[in-house]
Amino acid sequence: MAETTNVKEHLESKLTGVSLAWSEYRSQRRVSVPSSSIEAALRALRDAGMDQLIDITAVDMLEYPGASDRFEVVYLLLNTTSGERLTVKTHLNEPDLKLPSAYPIWIGADWPEREVYDMFGIIFEGHPNFKRLLLPDAFESFPLRKDYPVKGRGERHNFPIITRAES
Amino acid sequence: MATQINKQLGDNVFLSTVDAAASWARANSLWPMPFATACCGIELMSAAASKHDLSRFGSEVMRFTPRQCDLMIVAGRVVMKMIPVLQRIWLQMPEPKWCISMGACACTGGVFDTYAVVQGIDRFLPVDIYVPGCPPRPEQLIKAIMDLQEKIKKTGTYNAREFQLRILPDGPNRFDEDELVRIRERNGFKLEDPKYDPIH
Repeated sequence: MAETTNVKEHLESKLTGVSLAWSEYRSQRRVSVPSSSIEAALRALRDAGMDQLIDITAVDMLEYPGASDRFEVVYLLLNTTSGERLTVKTHLNEPDLKLPSAYPIWIGADWPEREVYDMFGIIFEGHPNFKRLLLPDAFESFPLRKDYPVKGRGERHNFPIITRAES
Repeated sequence: MATQINKQLGDNVFLSTVDAAASWARANSLWPMPFATACCGIELMSAAASKHDLSRFGSEVMRFTPRQCDLMIVAGRVVMKMIPVLQRIWLQMPEPKWCISMGACACTGGVFDTYAVVQGIDRFLPVDIYVPGCPPRPEQLIKAIMDLQEKIKKTGTYNAREFQLRILPDGPNRFDEDELVRIRERNGFKLEDPKYDPIH
């Protein structure tokens, strides 16, 4: 492993006046960033050597004990030179479920952002081709939200029936 | 009379109906369309491979274009995004055509009772034979194809609209493959007889 870049100092120097909540669990570092400054934070981290975006995902904290925000969007970053990893979290609440897209920073954010929209309904502004990734375009709900029933709202049965006489 | 004709012609000629002969030919030349989406597809491949060898039962010609097929084998779970594709493939298959729903997922959705998985393809498509199991063994699929052959031999040359309008549940008398043997026996011939001559 190469030398470890000092990501924390670099990020704090770029985002002066923004409250960053750092935490560590089993030597995995995490930082929580306000959603208003997430784009600046991600850009600063890319400049600090975090050159690969592993994944973007989200958590619905609807019934999570002690949670104050509804959605948590999670960015998993990797420095491919040093092997260093960082988890960046930001929080969103209804009705303002909008974040700036990370596509201009890492082109690999294309499909993860579409998947997060598909499952949670979080909108990434500035994405070049923003539409559902996995589910059909006519699907109206966001199925990984905790207030969505596991068996769905009848979408799976909403198809024409072909009988033997018609086929 | 029939015996007289048989005496004249041996077992070269015997009488049946067009329906029965056509059903017999259809049942023994099934061309399956494998719609394999999950682990049932592995068992389907195994049934077609050398150990179980589906071709012994007259249905080995797997074709991946629906226009050349008359038997669709749906092996595996079908999600809601796949149903329009499945229906389109079914409509592209020429008549006469049949459908086998293979495995618990294709029949009922199996353990996948979620928003995306269709709870049985028979909600949207006509199904002839259901094969239970998770996944079914190749022997079960072979038994399903043999049962389907029995069904085809009893159905005749109805098309689907006539099938829908039929009054009696049964089709024509099926073609009897043992007829040749019986004609030979009536004429006093035995297959084991070294002097057996099929003409006289």
